[in-house]
Amino acid sequence: MKELELYVHIPFCRKKCNYCDFVSFADCLHLTDRYVSALCREITQAAAYYKDREIVSVYIGGGTPSILNCGQMEKILDCLNTSFRLKGSREKRRGLFLQKKIRPSLEFSIEVNPESADREKLKLYRSHGINRLSIGLQSTDDKDLKMLGRVHSLQDFTKVFEEAREAGFDNINIDLMQAIPGQTLPAWRKVLALAGSFRPEHISAYSLMIEEGTAFHTLKKEGKLQLPDEDTEREIYYDTRDFLEKTGYHRYEISNYALPGFECAHNCGYWKRTDYLGLGLHASSMVSNTRWKNTADLMAYLEAMENFSGISETEKPFRIPGVSEPPEVLSRQEQMEEFMFLGLRMTEGVSKKGFFGEFGQDLEYTYADVLPRLRSMELIASEGDRIFLTDRGLDVSNPVLAEFVKVS
Amino acid sequence: MDQKYIRNFCIIAHIDHGKSTLADRIIENTGALTSREMQSQVLDNMDLERERGITIKAQTVRIVYNAKDGKEYIFNLIDTPGHVDFNYEVSRSLAACDGAVLVVDAAQGIEAQTLANVYMAIDNDLEVVPVINKIDLPSAEPERVIEEIEDVIGLEAQDAPLISAKNGINIEEVLEAIVRKIPAPDGDPEAPLKALIFDSVYDSYKGVIVFIRVRDGRIRAGSQVLMMATKAVYNVVEVGYFGAGKFIPCEELQAGMVGYFTASIKNVRDTMVGDTVTEKDRPCEQPLPGYKKVQSMVYCGMYPADGAHYEDLRDALEKLRLNDASLNYEPETSVALGFGFRCGFLGLLHLEIIEERLEREYDLDLVTTAPSVIYKVHKTDGTVIDLTNPTNMPDPSEIEFMEEPMVAAEIMVTSEFIGPIMELCQERRGIYKEIEYIEATRAILRYDLPLNEIIYDFFDALKSRSRGYASLDYELKGYEVSKLVKLDILINREEVDALSFIVHADTAYERGRKMCEKLKEEIPRHLFEIPIQAAIGSKIIARETVKAMRKDVLAKCYGGDITRKKKLLEKQKEGKKRMRQIGNVEIPQKAFMSVLKLDDK
Repeated sequence: MKELELYVHIPFCRKKCNYCDFVSFADCLHLTDRYVSALCREITQAAAYYKDREIVSVYIGGGTPSILNCGQMEKILDCLNTSFRLKGSREKRRGLFLQKKIRPSLEFSIEVNPESADREKLKLYRSHGINRLSIGLQSTDDKDLKMLGRVHSLQDFTKVFEEAREAGFDNINIDLMQAIPGQTLPAWRKVLALAGSFRPEHISAYSLMIEEGTAFHTLKKEGKLQLPDEDTEREIYYDTRDFLEKTGYHRYEISNYALPGFECAHNCGYWKRTDYLGLGLHASSMVSNTRWKNTADLMAYLEAMENFSGISETEKPFRIPGVSEPPEVLSRQEQMEEFMFLGLRMTEGVSKKGFFGEFGQDLEYTYADVLPRLRSMELIASEGDRIFLTDRGLDVSNPVLAEFVKVS
Repeated sequence: MDQKYIRNFCIIAHIDHGKSTLADRIIENTGALTSREMQSQVLDNMDLERERGITIKAQTVRIVYNAKDGKEYIFNLIDTPGHVDFNYEVSRSLAACDGAVLVVDAAQGIEAQTLANVYMAIDNDLEVVPVINKIDLPSAEPERVIEEIEDVIGLEAQDAPLISAKNGINIEEVLEAIVRKIPAPDGDPEAPLKALIFDSVYDSYKGVIVFIRVRDGRIRAGSQVLMMATKAVYNVVEVGYFGAGKFIPCEELQAGMVGYFTASIKNVRDTMVGDTVTEKDRPCEQPLPGYKKVQSMVYCGMYPADGAHYEDLRDALEKLRLNDASLNYEPETSVALGFGFRCGFLGLLHLEIIEERLEREYDLDLVTTAPSVIYKVHKTDGTVIDLTNPTNMPDPSEIEFMEEPMVAAEIMVTSEFIGPIMELCQERRGIYKEIEYIEATRAILRYDLPLNEIIYDFFDALKSRSRGYASLDYELKGYEVSKLVKLDILINREEVDALSFIVHADTAYERGRKMCEKLKEEIPRHLFEIPIQAAIGSKIIARETVKAMRKDVLAKCYGGDITRKKKLLEKQKEGKKRMRQIGNVEIPQKAFMSVLKLDDK
């Protein structure tokens, strides 16, 4: 049975963070009920359409999914659990995985923020099949949190983390943000050490990127943002890797670290080009080498879903009028490009066998004009079946990955 | 039409003093046709022209003015190019006129080009009619400017019309002054044909359309004409005059008239500006004076950014040459840039105009190398070569001595900036000639300057060091012996031929250093370190380093980001495509023009 990942977007927040350019609204909380209904409709439709697919991971992201109340979230979770064919039955999961401590075959994640998650919500998540939490901490320094525009404190986080463990979550990620305005290497080390002391199974440590349309972007243009220079940023980056590796985490992607066996399967799916279906506002999908997105217009999404009367299951691909934006069918060339530039984000890199299996041609031969040059510059390296970026290659991964992209 | 109702004139002015605005106002305030012509069949012809979509290149236009004396006058307003590069073309356009309207800015007064233009007009025996423009500006000082015109130029200006071309104030006065002051033509219509070529355009239906001023005699369809300098002979197919934006055929052009003729001429080089047109079987005794063969003064290499467009560039240059007898080109190759052309121009502005037309009208992406003048290389074997491309400079051991072209420059400047401007001229190897105060606060500085010091950024430097007040006029003076060396640029230890340039030995170190600094700014950071060196022969005289790129990484990449991420990578790749690969180094196209911008003070 063909595999499919699900992404579910919850576009609400208590407040927009200063660096955030995701589609999320801080002033539309009165619309959450309508949104949950619309989303459930989309889930039901999609499930009917993809009934021959087995769901291998679910990721509820945002925004802030934990902002929804228990009733709203339960509705969504019930809808997902009953509509889609999730890998491993629910009973099986409960029985086997809780007793024998085998990792469940279905990774089911939700993003939560310290200010809105509580014991009751965590229990609900757990009882409805969610087995992985991703907590947006960003920094352990309350001053940093304020500067980033976060609406929680370190104390809020500590409480939620403890409650999560109590609720039975044995796979927790902490999101951290590095190279933020004013940050020095010693300051970052303190943040990382404190976050690491909680012993989460997974840590994402992203270097801050200033995106257009964010509060930070405006400040930067006005020259009011004191960002660490490139050398400091790289020092922070390598210090993070060294510290985390010493404490048992390994880097498996540019910005992601995990204890062995706790790599995020859902995200790896993106980089390995597993089919995924995005549900909800502005969610992206890639199914059978076709990419598309849902609209970013909240009112348009709500209205379209409310007026939606169902689609024919024979129509291809899955489209909801007024919601799905025009699809882009990837050519073979583009599929190969993606295989390379997504696969190389992972430290294990890409597999030559995998490439041959997918495209029926030799990877070395296909990129004979690129690989030797990048190798001679020590930007990529090979070991057995795998080709991967060196540390230097990771530092400058954009120009390196661009080499695999053809421009007409 | 009786000659006494014809007025042939042009408008002269310093740049930005309002020449084209006044031209527009004059055209608006007059009619395109005489009342008699309005009723004739000419309109049909005009429709035909309109269908063909032919428009007239310059603003040379025939208009009809009903003067206050109740008579109808024909005005031929002949446009003149407004830049020192086109001095010769300007002088020929002036020679086609009987008078000139001199526009002077009421706030800025006389400038260098004002004077240069007036002198040229007077040399061509034109009656000069001064007009004070921009009188509505708060800083206008018409009284002072009138005095200046009388003192400096020696023209009666008390009754000069005080106008605002922009706001249409007192335009009528200008028209009346033209009728009153500019003399009517006085040629002999019965004498052998004698007409001056002052411009031409190429039309794909009619061939070259030759713009002429008839001095004596007459020309009509069927006339067999001879171009006296080029000796070309043609049968005239059509004659006519310039409607507003259209060519309007007529039966005949007579002494005193301005118009055009066509004769299925395929080569614009047969109808050189300044040449005299006469009848083949009844030629006039003497050609009109002043004909010169135009010569390119500035050369540069032009290469298609994408080598695949070489043929397109050649076709485009060929088409432009049809219209522009002063554009020269021949194929050349560069190690760095591939196949291209060495092109010759009248000056830097002419170069820029051609470059812009190639890019805009022909949609070509170009790489242009640093402009060079023509050096005369006297070799030890006694031969002399004209060097237009630094790459072709012989080995120093084969060179006896070299000469470079000099210009006589006139710079007009207010007294507070005399110091900085003299300093600039000194830096540019200028030889001081004299200073002439034209009034208490203003002077003309005269210098002999090497042309190669002027073609780069002299004009910009002049403006920036005088807060925009200084103005420049120059003419070629001849060649002088000079100590010149070829400066080579090495990028990542590879010599880039397209960046080589010739420079005076005394300024080589400074130029080399500045060039390296400039290239360091222009060349983006790569994955490795790039040394940039300047060398004379095998001796390195300057060095800069472009440090290796520290990081360029997208920290976060979610499922939804993939399309965006790909766009980013594509953009990166796209950017590389617009660069030139020299060895392992990608050099942006505009870096090849860096040498032009070394004096960014």
